[in-house]
Amino acid sequence: MKGFLAVYLREILLFKKRIFRILLSFSINPLLYLFAFGIGLGKNIVIGGKSYLEFLIPGLISATSMMQAFAINVEINISRFYLKIFEEFQASPVSHFSYALGEILSGVTRAFLATFIILAISFLAGVKFHLNFYFFLAVFLNAFIFASLGLTSAMLIKSHADQALVTNFIITPMMFLGGTFFPTENLPSFIKPFIEILPLTITSHTLRSIALYNSFKNSYLIILFLIAIISFIIALYSIKGSKD
Amino acid sequence: MSNIALKVENIVKKYPSILALKGVSFEIKEKELFALLGPNGAGKTTIIRIIAGLTNPTSGKIYLFEKNLFENPIWSKSQIGIVPQYINLDVELTVEENLLIHGFLYKLPFSFIKKRIAELLEIADLKERKKSKIKELSEGLKRRVLIIRALMHKPKLLLLDEPTIGLDPHIRRKFWSFIKNIQATGTTILLTTHYMEEAEHLADRVAFIFSGKIIAINTPQNFISNLGNYALDVYLSDRVKSYYFKDKLEAEKELLKYSKDHFVSLRRVSLEDVFLNYIEKNL
Repeated sequence: MKGFLAVYLREILLFKKRIFRILLSFSINPLLYLFAFGIGLGKNIVIGGKSYLEFLIPGLISATSMMQAFAINVEINISRFYLKIFEEFQASPVSHFSYALGEILSGVTRAFLATFIILAISFLAGVKFHLNFYFFLAVFLNAFIFASLGLTSAMLIKSHADQALVTNFIITPMMFLGGTFFPTENLPSFIKPFIEILPLTITSHTLRSIALYNSFKNSYLIILFLIAIISFIIALYSIKGSKD
Repeated sequence: MSNIALKVENIVKKYPSILALKGVSFEIKEKELFALLGPNGAGKTTIIRIIAGLTNPTSGKIYLFEKNLFENPIWSKSQIGIVPQYINLDVELTVEENLLIHGFLYKLPFSFIKKRIAELLEIADLKERKKSKIKELSEGLKRRVLIIRALMHKPKLLLLDEPTIGLDPHIRRKFWSFIKNIQATGTTILLTTHYMEEAEHLADRVAFIFSGKIIAINTPQNFISNLGNYALDVYLSDRVKSYYFKDKLEAEKELLKYSKDHFVSLRRVSLEDVFLNYIEKNL
């Protein structure tokens, strides 16, 4: 068995042990957003000929898959600073590449689970979408990018406390500005170009196009793919620098 | 072909605020149990971490079975097993799952992993606890899991970093026989400890490390006999002063002399005496 599968297997075994807690926590946030913004605030809002709920759900999938993939940083921090299991990986003949791949794929798994939960909730709420291979490819690339960034941040920070800063200053603003809750066309012109190149914005646009109109821009997927490669390389370097 | 398992050459480790290792050199022969003895903060764990690939040295070289350790990191890691000072097991997972993941990390075939887990659980007397979560085990049992985890891939060099720290004396003694049995299978062992008695019982050779420098290397027996066979402790008002003698009669003569004014006791010399003697000289 390859090294990355060993790292991935550990995460999956832990995941299995906490499956009910995880499913519950994965469902709470999207449910709250759907009720608050979709059914509560957005009842009478129509965007591009679609109901606000239809507009919101693809964005919510982008944002939630981002959050869940990035959340591997918490698990890595626990294994690094508290359980010291990261040292078991460092002492083993597993390359940085394999370690990074194993951790990132566990983040992607989390992201897909969260995506399927939102899709199930949407289905129960009577919302129908076009779903195809490219929809899930975009989710995969988005999750891969943010799991890589989660791994990088976990390697760069020096304590648990620093982690909250990264989430508060990068992830949370991106979630609110990256096309999740409102169209980015409404943003002020000085900030718009910057927001448009964020991976979350690109993913939101792609998922929304596919889900609502069954179309998407190839270039968006190519950009996501390139960002995923760059993020992975950065993650590899961050592991190298994590030795004291 | 040399029979040197590990050769550490002039290792220096500088941290921003401290020079942790000041040019450490030593060699360990194949199948030898070599102990690094020193007080807390002497640099024992830093050496172990560097050999295990967890910390980079500032300078120096290490050879593992004649291969440069830093130039062959993946190969070196596959030859080394490490038992750290702290219990770094997955507490939510079972004993068996922890061993399984270790086997996969070392790229062992699944059939071998299954056989090896059964074998090691038997040796460590943990067969009945294989489905127990780590968090349900006592400290002694967790330490046993740590050791057998390090043995999963049959390492040629086993690094034991204070493996019995915090254990009750009777459990510590059980560990000693466990470690001796591992050595008997042909494994070379590097042990760090600050329990002098442990090193005296287990080690073929001992190195004293103090403030990042190795100050002496010898067998426990030679260390002791070079100092003397008998120790006379004289309890002064502010400290205990020890005098060492080769001959028992000579020691008893001195005992009579000192016993007039002080409380005194006569005993065999131990490795601790040797260590304290070196520390006194090096302070």
